[in-house]
Amino acid sequence: MYLRKIKNIIFWCLVVGFTLSTFVPLFLILKHTITMGWSELSLDFIFNTPRAVGELGGGMSHAIVGSLMIIFVATIISVPVGIVTGTFLSEFSNSRLASITRTFIGILAGTPSIVIGIFAYVTLVVPWKSFSGWAGSLALSLVILPIVTRSTEEVLKLVPTTIREAGLALGFTKVKIFYYLLIKGNKRAILTGVILAISRSMGETAPLLFTAFGNVYLSYNLNGPISSLPVQIFNYASSPHLEWQRQAWTGAVVLIIIIFAVNIVSKIFVSNSSNASNR
Amino acid sequence: MKLTTRLEERLGISLIYICVSVVVVLIFVMIVLLFKMSFISMSKFGLNFITSTTWNPVEEQFGALPFIYGTILTSILSLTIALPFGILSAIFVTELGPKRLRNILGTSIDLIAAIPSIVFGMWGLFYLVPFIRDTLTPILTKFLGFLPLFQGSSFGISILAATLILSIMIIPTISSLCREIFLSVPVTYKEAALALGATPWEKIKFAVLKPSLTGIVGAAGLALARALGETMAVVMVIGNSPQISLSLLAPGATMASILANEYAEATTDLHLASLCYMASLLFIITMIVNSASHFIIKYFKPKAFAR
Amino acid sequence: MNITLKIPNTIIAMLKLTLTLTIVLTYSLTINPLMGQTVAINGAGATFPYPIYIKWFSEYQKEVSNVKFNYQPMGSSGGVRQLFSQTIDFAASDVPVSVEEIKSKKLEWNILQIPTVLGSVVIVYNLNEKNVKLDGNTLSNIFKGKIKKWDDQLIASLNPGIKLPNKEILVVHRSDGSGTTEIFTNYLSMVSIDWKSSPGSGKALSWPTGIGAKGNDGISAMIKQTPGSIGYVEYAFAVNNNLSMVALKNSSGKFVTPSINAMVKAASELKNVSQISQIDIQNLDANKMNILNISGDESYPITSFTYILIPNKKQNEKIEHLKKFIRWALDNKGQKMTNALSYAPLPEELRKKFIDSI
Repeated sequence: MYLRKIKNIIFWCLVVGFTLSTFVPLFLILKHTITMGWSELSLDFIFNTPRAVGELGGGMSHAIVGSLMIIFVATIISVPVGIVTGTFLSEFSNSRLASITRTFIGILAGTPSIVIGIFAYVTLVVPWKSFSGWAGSLALSLVILPIVTRSTEEVLKLVPTTIREAGLALGFTKVKIFYYLLIKGNKRAILTGVILAISRSMGETAPLLFTAFGNVYLSYNLNGPISSLPVQIFNYASSPHLEWQRQAWTGAVVLIIIIFAVNIVSKIFVSNSSNASNR
Repeated sequence: MKLTTRLEERLGISLIYICVSVVVVLIFVMIVLLFKMSFISMSKFGLNFITSTTWNPVEEQFGALPFIYGTILTSILSLTIALPFGILSAIFVTELGPKRLRNILGTSIDLIAAIPSIVFGMWGLFYLVPFIRDTLTPILTKFLGFLPLFQGSSFGISILAATLILSIMIIPTISSLCREIFLSVPVTYKEAALALGATPWEKIKFAVLKPSLTGIVGAAGLALARALGETMAVVMVIGNSPQISLSLLAPGATMASILANEYAEATTDLHLASLCYMASLLFIITMIVNSASHFIIKYFKPKAFAR
Repeated sequence: MNITLKIPNTIIAMLKLTLTLTIVLTYSLTINPLMGQTVAINGAGATFPYPIYIKWFSEYQKEVSNVKFNYQPMGSSGGVRQLFSQTIDFAASDVPVSVEEIKSKKLEWNILQIPTVLGSVVIVYNLNEKNVKLDGNTLSNIFKGKIKKWDDQLIASLNPGIKLPNKEILVVHRSDGSGTTEIFTNYLSMVSIDWKSSPGSGKALSWPTGIGAKGNDGISAMIKQTPGSIGYVEYAFAVNNNLSMVALKNSSGKFVTPSINAMVKAASELKNVSQISQIDIQNLDANKMNILNISGDESYPITSFTYILIPNKKQNEKIEHLKKFIRWALDNKGQKMTNALSYAPLPEELRKKFIDSI
């Protein structure tokens, strides 16, 4: 009797301990980043383009715009494809195509982001002899895709078969079951995977180095080189000049704020709609 | 506008198949392309590439073994460290924690995923590396120094640093997926456990963890895949030394890190091809790891409460 | 609830999506003409000259406003490769590309390689003692791991006035491939036959000892944090991070502390070593531009030029703009901006020669 109670108490302690510990690195990193980057954070920073070393008022507006544009296109391409593929894998999971897809998605999930960048470079940059935002978006889509697919598959595997049977009983076609019951019905769960994927891809540098390349100027043109926050941060952080290094940290703060905002806004957005499963 | 059921069914299913096929073809093209780019290196080194430990760009002798070792070591270790954190924090957020804090806590853990990998790298270099060198190493060598794992001098830049950063980075992957998995366990299981007089620990063990085991393995698989491929953060703290050493305090290298470090500045075609050969090997390793996790799922399925 | 009523919603959603995509696409495809006459010129290459190029581009735009130069520091080899693949308009490299390599690419045009500024690789260390002196051989032995402690006889004999501590030397080298490494190892190969045979020189090598840090910034961070460490970085990093620099023995036997003056003196010796008039800008011979370990009492031995590479395409608007820009940069005004950013200007004769040749 006591043994069970003791096990319970140990378990409680472990859970609380480990959970609190997960917040420690988050706190440390945020504190470090904000301390280093706070000094340069200003409206100037958000709305101005970069200046040379020694000149005041430089900013990263071009990188902010570039990042947002690239991520927007990448999300539109990869998230629907990923959700559909993930649903396919959980519904038709015994078919040949599903096994092949699963293997390939697994390989893509483990591919370093630089290899994805190299692939996008060879396919979209070299033939057209131009760096472009589209190539950058493709590279980021390939980063987002496996995460969305895999998490959608995992989440849908846990939906009880009764839901699908109810759909069939109502005369739904497979497509309707797919769309209404599985995807729409598990919006929040699928969204978790989507947000995880988008958060990760917004912070990736390597895929963009050889594809979107980077730009010193503000550009809205995805057909040519376009800047992005991770690349700009990387360039500045590697330079010897202290003001650029400080701006790199500030860029990091801005990037984190943007990703946080995406996280929180989408969670609010989805939890307002109804869910059709047993939550 | 009303589509007939048959037409809608056919159209929809075809679209789904097209979608999936495009994905498969795209990834297939990527793999083939990389194999093609590594041809020069494959034909020169063959399978010796996998067993050789030399990496000398000047003399154009390339071997991948130290990097394979580094990749596998950092990934598996970081997964081992991250799993308890991920699972237990998911349990806290979904089962044991106060209901009102649920969303906030969950979102906060997800925010770790929001931190860009380059920030992890920079934080690692300026904060974690000195911490390991000045604080952690003396403690480790004092208490665990008899293990070959913790011997030798340490300058902070080490496999240990890379492992720690990787484990922090993959915690949110495990945690948020596990949260969704735990939430989807039918309430009836938990009620049944409580009806039988289970303590909270026993309730969670039997009614939440056991049914979710396959899902947890899936989440772990995704996290492991991320750890295998993580580039930027590892690159800054691992030292890129092509050596195999038992000590975690020594510098090392992973396949992803050397790709990131040397791809941009690779001068000769053989150097480039060898790097691509390394990438191809990483594909194969990822495939092996994935198959292993599927095998584990298949093995555990009869034991778990099926859905 | 009648399910069929929901289909229009789906179609409306898809229509919204297509509409958004079309707007984004048209916006993006048509935005360029709005820019009017602006010419966008893209370049990539070495990280070393990135700050000065950005400064030059910004100042040049004040005079010539319809040209926009975009430069990304992805590394010397990367930049050269992009130039060969024609994805960029110009490249920047710390080390000139050999004539054989250019010929092997079978391009339709020649490549002009023009030096722009001077920089140097300095040896930095973390000890309380200032003004430590070293020479090429000792440096080679330290980086090969043959000399393990600071108070080793070989180091002490070069530093009679300083009491060096009995501390282990931690060698910090680059983990990534880099032009800085190539310049440093070229120097070591020149002054030490031992080094030349192994590990030799290159952008990335098999280092005999030490740990690797990524980038000049990585090495700077490690040196700052680790007492007893020694490494090599570009001059600007040593200056901006307040790192102690080694006074290196040059080929005239004098120990020289790195400074802008020392770089200028090294470059000015070039006219004594090569015939400047004979330097062929179209087929640049790297040996004729080599000022490593050059003679002269005040020369710092690890000084080198950094180059801009232009494909010499005929009647190409972008190339003409580039040439005009480079003439401006090599001009007195452009060269005067170098000191503030820790670069050294080109020597007079070289400057004039290249301005005339372009």
